[in-house]
Amino acid sequence: MDSKVKIKAEGVNFFYARSQALKDINLDIYENQVTAIIGPSGCGKSTFIRLLNRMNELLPHTNITGRISLDGRDIFEDSVDAVQIRKRVGMVFQKPNPFPKSIFENISYGIKVNGIKDKTFIEEKVEASLKKAALWQEVRDRLSDSALKLSGGQQQRLCIARCLAVESEVILFDEPCASLDPISTAKIEELITELKKDYTIVIVTHNMQQAARVSDYTAFFLMGELIEFGRTQDIFTAPKDKRTEDYITGRFG
Amino acid sequence: MKEKIYKGIFAVLAFASLAFLMGIVIVLFKEALPIFQKVKIGEFIFGRYWYPTYSPAEFGILPLIMASVWVTFGAVLVCVPLGVGSALYLHELAGDKQRAIIKPLIEILASIPSVVYGFFGMVILTPFLQDLFHLPTGLCALNASLVLGLMAVPTVCSLADDALNYVPKSFREASFAVGANRWQTLTQVIIPAAGSGISTAIILGMSRAIGETMTVLMVSGGAAVIPHTFLEPVRPMTAAIAAEMGEAPMGGLHYHALFAIALILFLITFVFNIVAEMISRRFRIKLGLSG
Repeated sequence: MDSKVKIKAEGVNFFYARSQALKDINLDIYENQVTAIIGPSGCGKSTFIRLLNRMNELLPHTNITGRISLDGRDIFEDSVDAVQIRKRVGMVFQKPNPFPKSIFENISYGIKVNGIKDKTFIEEKVEASLKKAALWQEVRDRLSDSALKLSGGQQQRLCIARCLAVESEVILFDEPCASLDPISTAKIEELITELKKDYTIVIVTHNMQQAARVSDYTAFFLMGELIEFGRTQDIFTAPKDKRTEDYITGRFG
Repeated sequence: MKEKIYKGIFAVLAFASLAFLMGIVIVLFKEALPIFQKVKIGEFIFGRYWYPTYSPAEFGILPLIMASVWVTFGAVLVCVPLGVGSALYLHELAGDKQRAIIKPLIEILASIPSVVYGFFGMVILTPFLQDLFHLPTGLCALNASLVLGLMAVPTVCSLADDALNYVPKSFREASFAVGANRWQTLTQVIIPAAGSGISTAIILGMSRAIGETMTVLMVSGGAAVIPHTFLEPVRPMTAAIAAEMGEAPMGGLHYHALFAIALILFLITFVFNIVAEMISRRFRIKLGLSG
């Protein structure tokens, strides 16, 4: 009944220096579905998704045990290059982080670093990505303007377009709407629903309504542990664990 | 009431430095201007002969200006690769431990008195250059450039390192997230983003080099002749002032001429600093930091 497992986490433990941030996480992320990760601040949800594209490696003094596989292959194997993983698993951050470059260059950067030089191809790709990210209409006349002139919501859609241009298979959203107004948030949510046709999506969010609106599956994290995972509908209507219920009904967090 | 007194005291202290600056500028102008009643500004700046004690005396400071330009240019060639290079290493490649050792060591370079650098130039570099290029004297523009360049390394390195640190981590993450490697991230995101900050560092390094006196006095050789190569003895503006002020009769033309050199030097470093400040302001705006 379920679609194919795209990412599989098995017995994942993660340590910052001596403190353990994640404890024995086992989680399946299904292809072309939206998986939401919810939980109170500091529960390890951001830490978890930053493992999926090996972003946490940029931090010093970290250590991971267990296995995370992408299409069945362990991403932490010695022979696997983190750069390759990040091409396949894109990421949109909490705060929009366009480069201090033009709108066009922000998108073309990712294409170019992957070794593509063909100008027409890049131009077409930039346009297609901006269209997919529902930003084309707003920026088509000013592609050479600085990306920093865009509003927060537009910047975030630009960051999504940047991800799409690389043709990743998975997109990780780390609280993408945390710094956005409700209208921009609605646009991003709409976009996420649209994108799941072609991508596998993982979204970390603080906002439970958001999780309920956009996701097919929900994982509830608490203090570094995965408490409950299941279909979003089930998690929100009939949680099995008392702690999930307490969190969802707003008793803490 | 008490608060007002404190406020007053601190305001006086804060404005004191401004007052000193004004005072220095006023004295510079007042003591420099009389020379221009005798010598035209154009002749002063572009005159090719500096014979202040001959009669009739000649007050052309072009040889001194060109000496400063050559020496400073040479110093930039030394301090930019060393300073920016070490900043990039510290920022990108050195681990926390290495950084904790190297950064303070580079900063110690800044705390060595300039006379010690001069000494180093005289005793070590001079015979070395003399032998290497078969020169009549190793005291020359190249010698001054090398020593000054070394002296400016901590300024350039420290400011370039700051500029790199100002680049938000999020740019780096964004770059890695689209599958860029370290080198691409450094050359295409971090360095362009820090670029104007790094230029500021270079300009301030130049400003440091052009204003340095003791070292150039000791190692530049002292000949007030327009240089044609790096291997000739030269007399930069600062060295001329320091060497000649003691002999110039107070209130005489030579005395005023030296003040005029000081004024021009002040204006040059002033412009350097303003330019550096403007660039660094634009840099902060570009990175979305407060102006």
